[in-house]
Amino acid sequence: MTYASGNVRHARGKRAEPLRSKPGNGPVTVILPPGRLALPRWSEVWEAREVLYRFAQRDILLRYRQTVVGVAWVLIQPLFSAGIFSIVFGQVANLSSGDVPYFIFSYVGMLAWNLFSGTVTRAAPSLVSNQALVSKVFFPRMLVPLSTAASVLLDFLVSFVLGVVLLVLYGINPGWPILLVPVWVLLIVLLSLGIGLVASALMVRYRDVGYILPWLIQILLYAAPVAYTVDAVPESLRGLFDANPLTWMLELFRWSMLGQQAPPLWQGLGFAAVALGVFYAGAMAFQTWEREFADVI
Amino acid sequence: MSGTAVSVSGLGKSYRVGRVGYRPNTIVEALKERARHPFRRTRFEEFRALDDVTFEVPWGEAVGIVGRNGAGKSTLLKVLTRITAPTRGRVELGGRIGSLLEVGTGFHGELTGRENIFLSGALLGMRRKEIQRQFDSIVDFSGVEKFLDTPVKRYSSGMYVRLAFAVAAHLETEILAIDEVLAVGDAEFQSKSLAKMRDVAKDGRTVLYVSHQMQTVTALCTSAIYLERGQIKYYGGVDGALEHYRKSFASFAAAQSDPTKRPGTGALRATAVRVSEESFEPVEDKIVEIDVGANPELLGQYFVSCHVNDENGIVVAQCDSRNVGGWFDPATPQELTLTIRALWLKPGRYTVDVFVCKTGILDSWEGAAVFEVLPTSPYPELAGDEALRAGMVLSDYGYESRSSA
Repeated sequence: MTYASGNVRHARGKRAEPLRSKPGNGPVTVILPPGRLALPRWSEVWEAREVLYRFAQRDILLRYRQTVVGVAWVLIQPLFSAGIFSIVFGQVANLSSGDVPYFIFSYVGMLAWNLFSGTVTRAAPSLVSNQALVSKVFFPRMLVPLSTAASVLLDFLVSFVLGVVLLVLYGINPGWPILLVPVWVLLIVLLSLGIGLVASALMVRYRDVGYILPWLIQILLYAAPVAYTVDAVPESLRGLFDANPLTWMLELFRWSMLGQQAPPLWQGLGFAAVALGVFYAGAMAFQTWEREFADVI
Repeated sequence: MSGTAVSVSGLGKSYRVGRVGYRPNTIVEALKERARHPFRRTRFEEFRALDDVTFEVPWGEAVGIVGRNGAGKSTLLKVLTRITAPTRGRVELGGRIGSLLEVGTGFHGELTGRENIFLSGALLGMRRKEIQRQFDSIVDFSGVEKFLDTPVKRYSSGMYVRLAFAVAAHLETEILAIDEVLAVGDAEFQSKSLAKMRDVAKDGRTVLYVSHQMQTVTALCTSAIYLERGQIKYYGGVDGALEHYRKSFASFAAAQSDPTKRPGTGALRATAVRVSEESFEPVEDKIVEIDVGANPELLGQYFVSCHVNDENGIVVAQCDSRNVGGWFDPATPQELTLTIRALWLKPGRYTVDVFVCKTGILDSWEGAAVFEVLPTSPYPELAGDEALRAGMVLSDYGYESRSSA
């Protein structure tokens, strides 16, 4: 048997005759010093999925058990942001939102944006806030940041339902593209988890990630067309906006929800490639740093 | 693979301590440092917490891991349970390993007892089916069934610990690593836990148990490892390992008589510690003389704390001068005399630790003095050994009877 350095491998115990019924017949675990680069071990993550489920359950229970307004808060947040955006950009700056009212336009933008930013900002500090666990028990650490997506997804679901209600009220029929929403949701979650994985691993070592990240997210909120259309962007800057995957994300999501003009196909494929790529790269970086977490946290 | 549960070869774990030069704590600092010296490799001083550790544990063995503080016991467990990665060497585990390094892993105060059982169970490595199957038995063992749907933050500390341990005790992994969690709960609960742990080994599973408490190692383990400064100095019978452990106190004491090798800031050091006699009767006053040097630059007063430890390293008495208003002036050398009255010690060897403290520890002198307590009984009647064996100390007591006829 050969083992790549840096990995914990499982191999079937090669025993001619089992001596006991229970111990000794299971897979043999080999622990070696960490190597330079580690690939994510999905089988191990899958094996420990119960932990993911329990973390997600804990997050959700805690969030709704300790707040007075509970679910209402989930709705108030995007409604107010959309309201403010439609006043500032729609009324004050008098920008156009195409053929849909400014309010629903920015509400749908906020839906996608909150899913992205919520996952990133909640995944990033997750390891540090669970440091007691990281230094006391072994489980695939990746499950900690991954599980944070659950409560953000639940929030998304609640505000998505309200979004559909708003569509009906405004009499907007997006048509068949709305069926693609789950695909965009999946891609958005993968993209934000990829970033969240790297951020959470970095934060174990450098706590200032916790200060920089919310600031970056804030800047990105204005740098990406959440509250305005790409068409409102001056021609000279348009290229810059078109190169931002977050623009693709928002355009694709809005197209699916509002039935406006479809973005070019390359944006759809590009976004899928970026989301998957970022997620895998994030998982790989996380896995490589994972084994020293307990020593530096 | 032969029938070994755990096989460890050439295992080493180094920590980087005291980065030579400068250590950044934020990304900005790290980047600045990198920009300033782009090609410099950061150098670290290396501390070997584990050094070339090799051993094999067969199935069904309960192995105690003993050693002084900082010998690498907990690090060894952490490497075996994959909490931290080794720096060198190789570990092979013949089955699932479960770790009990603290009581209540993953417990959250806001969650109910029921929710916590599932959360903690999952974290310890149980599958959902396993937890469901064992659920009633866990609840039974903990004795908190009435409060299952109450958030655990409202539990008494006893209930909390019992529930937490109950979950851990039902862990069915083939290998179990335990770090002194047995030292919780009341005496009844402890003996219940101990019995549970013994059953584990009887099942043919393997237990690795780190402890300071000699009694539990003797009671639980079938063999033991003695670790010293990250190296295995002995692996074999429990008695042999404990013998090594006891002897280590003597060699440690010799090394500690050199003040420069002792921990503490060193702003003030004890220069000599003497006991008035080499041996005492159990009942006698024990007199310890402590000379402390002077440091005129030290502001304020300091205090002294003196521990009396038995052969197993358990602190039998703490004599802290603050309790009796003992504050001393560092401007001049002091000759202190500590008289320990009314401490009836059992026959055996005792060591004395002396700590000189102000806001922090200035000098920590473990094993500063040794004395013997003679094997004489302080009691008026001779009742044989079994009337004296149990208990950590002797006491001054009497029985009176009033017939209730």
